[in-house]
Amino acid sequence: MAAQTPYEVLGLKPGASAAEIRKAYRKLAKEFHPDLNPGKPAAEARFKAVTGANDILSDPEKRARYDRGEIDETGAERPRYSYRPHAEGAQGRKYQPQGEMDIGDLDDLFAMFGRGGGRHSGRGDAGLNMPGPDRQFTLTIDFAVAATGGKQRLALSHGEWLDVTIPPGIDEGQVLRLRGKGGAGFGSGPPGDALIEVHIAPHPFFRREGNDIHLELPVSLAEAVLGARVAVPTVSGPVTMTIPKGSDTGTRLRLRGKGIHHRRHGHQETTGDQYVSLKVMIGASGDADLATFLEQWAKTHPSDPRHAMGGGPHPGSADKEAAS
Amino acid sequence: MIGRDELIRRFAELDGAELQRWIENRWVLPELADSQFRFHEVDIARVELILDIRREFAVDDEAMSLVLGLLDQLYSLRRQMRRLCDALESQPPDIRDAIRQALPKA
Repeated sequence: MAAQTPYEVLGLKPGASAAEIRKAYRKLAKEFHPDLNPGKPAAEARFKAVTGANDILSDPEKRARYDRGEIDETGAERPRYSYRPHAEGAQGRKYQPQGEMDIGDLDDLFAMFGRGGGRHSGRGDAGLNMPGPDRQFTLTIDFAVAATGGKQRLALSHGEWLDVTIPPGIDEGQVLRLRGKGGAGFGSGPPGDALIEVHIAPHPFFRREGNDIHLELPVSLAEAVLGARVAVPTVSGPVTMTIPKGSDTGTRLRLRGKGIHHRRHGHQETTGDQYVSLKVMIGASGDADLATFLEQWAKTHPSDPRHAMGGGPHPGSADKEAAS
Repeated sequence: MIGRDELIRRFAELDGAELQRWIENRWVLPELADSQFRFHEVDIARVELILDIRREFAVDDEAMSLVLGLLDQLYSLRRQMRRLCDALESQPPDIRDAIRQALPKA
């Protein structure tokens, strides 16, 4: 039979208040006090027990420690029941999720590393079956291939070639994994994978932002002022675009749906746009007709494109400053 | 190995109805013999663990199921890990070396 708890000694329930403890202690201490019960060893023992119980329960800190199971009814430290050694010991098996885990779960662990474990390797089997190592490559592809997708050759080591399928809309630095194209496996283990880091070569006039393509398009003065229909390159071939009358350098036009067609697992298909920024090329050095026209035209059309910068036009002096 | 009453007396924080609920929730799995619960060391340690978690982290019943579920998975995984390590340990030295070499640096 286990020892009585301090609560039981005082005839109380575990949730008893401090006042109830005090009251119970005073009553029992009086009842079993050795001076009032001379020559009665049983009463003396009860008195000791009552005093011991009160020592613990009247001290809030000791009482809390007792309630937490940290000390026993005599106030002595109880050994801590650290759970881990029990959990990992033989008895802990019953707390394993979904009953006993077995060798199949070890396979699951190996599968986490991407290539499945040697399923029927068995216990004490002499052969070591391990997947081969992954091999790393880098591949630089054309801007257009990155945009529209396609195949690109990759030189593996020792004169071996691999045709890599590039998905449309691939990003700079994206890594493609080709299963089974890495190093050979050990024993009956499968080969590793080839990991190909893709870099996109810059294009002479296209620039990419996400799925959108940006292009600076040179136009002549006449095309900008009078408007025109011109051919514009896109990643999927040239298209005809209308330049509105009165366009200027920096005018931005959008070719809807002429960006990158992007398809990714778990994402909606999206298609970007191509943005065309116009750049007016005057190209009139030595054109006497235009110069003559502009001399007359400027007299009746004073304008200051630098107005926003705060300075006014300074004909003559500007030349001098630039030259000095 | 102790009975239900002794367990409750041992942890003043624990009351009988609560322990009953824990057993129904399968948080604690005592042995049932002659329609009496018998708590082994592991069960006592687990009761103490649950009490600790509840007190120190103010975890309610719903979150406790999650916490215990994760802990059990972790210990189960450690057990599997140990089996794997034992299997590796029983290999000849050259194979052990090869595996050590193949382990990527963490």
